[in-house]
Amino acid sequence: MRLLFGSFFTLLLAAAIGLGATWFTITRGVAFGAISIGAWTAWPKSGSTDIDPYARASIARSGELPIGMGDGVAFYARTDDAGSGFDGRCAFTVGGMTPPARYWTLTLYDLGGHLVANAIDRHGFTSAEIVRDADGRFAINIAPRARPGNWLPTGGIEKFVLVLRLYDTPIGVASRTTRSGPMPAITRKGCS
Amino acid sequence: MIRWLLWVLAAILLGGIVHLSTVLAMPEAARQDAYSRLAPLTPPNTVVALGTPTAQASVLPFMDPAFATAVCRYDLSEGMIKLNAPLSQAYTSVTFYTRNSVAYYAIDDRAAGRRAIELDLMTAAQHAEVPEEEDVTSADRLIIESPTKTGLIVLRALAPEPGLMPMARQALAAAQCRLGPVQ
Repeated sequence: MRLLFGSFFTLLLAAAIGLGATWFTITRGVAFGAISIGAWTAWPKSGSTDIDPYARASIARSGELPIGMGDGVAFYARTDDAGSGFDGRCAFTVGGMTPPARYWTLTLYDLGGHLVANAIDRHGFTSAEIVRDADGRFAINIAPRARPGNWLPTGGIEKFVLVLRLYDTPIGVASRTTRSGPMPAITRKGCS
Repeated sequence: MIRWLLWVLAAILLGGIVHLSTVLAMPEAARQDAYSRLAPLTPPNTVVALGTPTAQASVLPFMDPAFATAVCRYDLSEGMIKLNAPLSQAYTSVTFYTRNSVAYYAIDDRAAGRRAIELDLMTAAQHAEVPEEEDVTSADRLIIESPTKTGLIVLRALAPEPGLMPMARQALAAAQCRLGPVQ
């Protein structure tokens, strides 16, 4: 009787531990080989056959197609440089320099990877359309209400994620270092 | 007490096995992966343009809205695939994915170095059957081996400004993906 009860308890606990760990790692997007620069993180290996089982599982679940190595690399940010999470009711600026790339795009998504509805139908910027200052630096104002210059509306959603995609870039392919280039700084400018 | 600790230890070990096996089984078990989402929208071995993602509708999550996207859902069981993708003015790339969304090859317009990206896609078995002389005479023919019989070819053309989106879409509209002769 004791043996039966013990093994039943063990199987139940094992299922809870195993499935719980799987759910946790897949929803959190745990993957190996991350390159982190400031608040930005990229997983260049997820775009190649070297992709690890965790990244494979999370991509199969979300339905996305990772950007292929040889095409480019995608950097994700969920917080500003100080580590506080993005809140769509607050204003942030993303600016400075980007690593070498033929083109880059910056896009704002909700946590599920959907674009966010807003009045001006603006979901991101490309490197070609951005307004820069005389030094070639740029600043993108991410805010719920209209701003001068490069305004990227948040739509007032609670949490969002920024994706900086570099196309035709040596980052992630040629260099393995984490200091592979200057990434744009993300600063919080107060909340409304 | 010791007996219970042993039970818990066994549960942790077993839990680890459950965890690893579910993670490994996930790509096969997933029903909402990219291929499954695209299958009802795309006839096989044909280039189909996907709508630019909007806040209301996006076929796949995390699509780049600055790009025009087209997909060729391929099935190599009938023969090999010949892909021809003319380049747009800005930036064009072609990425090959297996049935389980693993990107196994990607090429951009600069690497292609011509006016169009031209490739032959085949399985390793089909590649082995290609006559060797033919392989040599057409050395400039780029051959890609697909690890799986089915998969996705995703063509992307950048619209550097929103006004250039029609141009990017037009470039992709001329792309072709067709079944080649069975070797």
